Amino acid sequence: MGVEQNSDLMSLQERFAKGDLDAFEALFRQFQGRVYAWIVRIVRDTGIAEDLTVETFWRIYKARERFDPAADFGGWAYRVATNLALSYVRRRPREQELPAEVPQGPAADPALRREEREQIRRAFRSLPAKFQVAATMALIEERPYQEIADALGIAPGTVKSRVYRAVRMLRKQLRRTQVHS
Amino acid sequence: MKPEDPDQEEEIQRQLKGAYPAIDTELHRDLWPAMLRRIQAEPARDVPWYDWVLAGCSMVLLAVFPKLAWLFAYHL
Repeated sequence: MGVEQNSDLMSLQERFAKGDLDAFEALFRQFQGRVYAWIVRIVRDTGIAEDLTVETFWRIYKARERFDPAADFGGWAYRVATNLALSYVRRRPREQELPAEVPQGPAADPALRREEREQIRRAFRSLPAKFQVAATMALIEERPYQEIADALGIAPGTVKSRVYRAVRMLRKQLRRTQVHS
Repeated sequence: MKPEDPDQEEEIQRQLKGAYPAIDTELHRDLWPAMLRRIQAEPARDVPWYDWVLAGCSMVLLAVFPKLAWLFAYHL
């Protein structure tokens, strides 16, 4: 980010902290896409991700008086978004299926039969939410550990440990259902 | 933490990626109108919970010790 862009952002953040709605709109427009992309990777449902994006910014807006204009707005937004997505994963019914039509992107591995995929999803959804989120971001979305750690507000080592435990639990579950050899 | 067998981790990763196809992460509509509706529906002012506790305690104190009203009045 250039010096000029950085000072523009700082000035927006200062105005936002003072309650300027135009500054908030500018910040919203600057970050909504990134926050949405982060949330949809975790919840894997576009409608839910849109709702949680609005909820994220709503919470940010309500807390504007406590925001330090010198702080990293994006980092704050990611942390609020991750906590909301984590709460959603925690509350989501275990057996809830993915939307029938998953928007574009490479197709699922054809070698995996439909039934096997369902068993894997079921096993994955039975994991504690914090393991699901860490494993989703690290193994499915292949995001760097540091980025996941920043968004969750934990150390990269803790993310690695959660991924490790998720893999172990999943392998155990899948062995029971004979999907994993 | 024991090191996970990398082959097994890769196998689990392959299965997960197979079970969860890549999702489109692009936002296809502007969410600002929804955000604005939410802001406009905001109640005039959120009173923090500790203000309600303080007000409640003051009322109880006044009910038990009515003469405290003079003290409160002095401070206002």
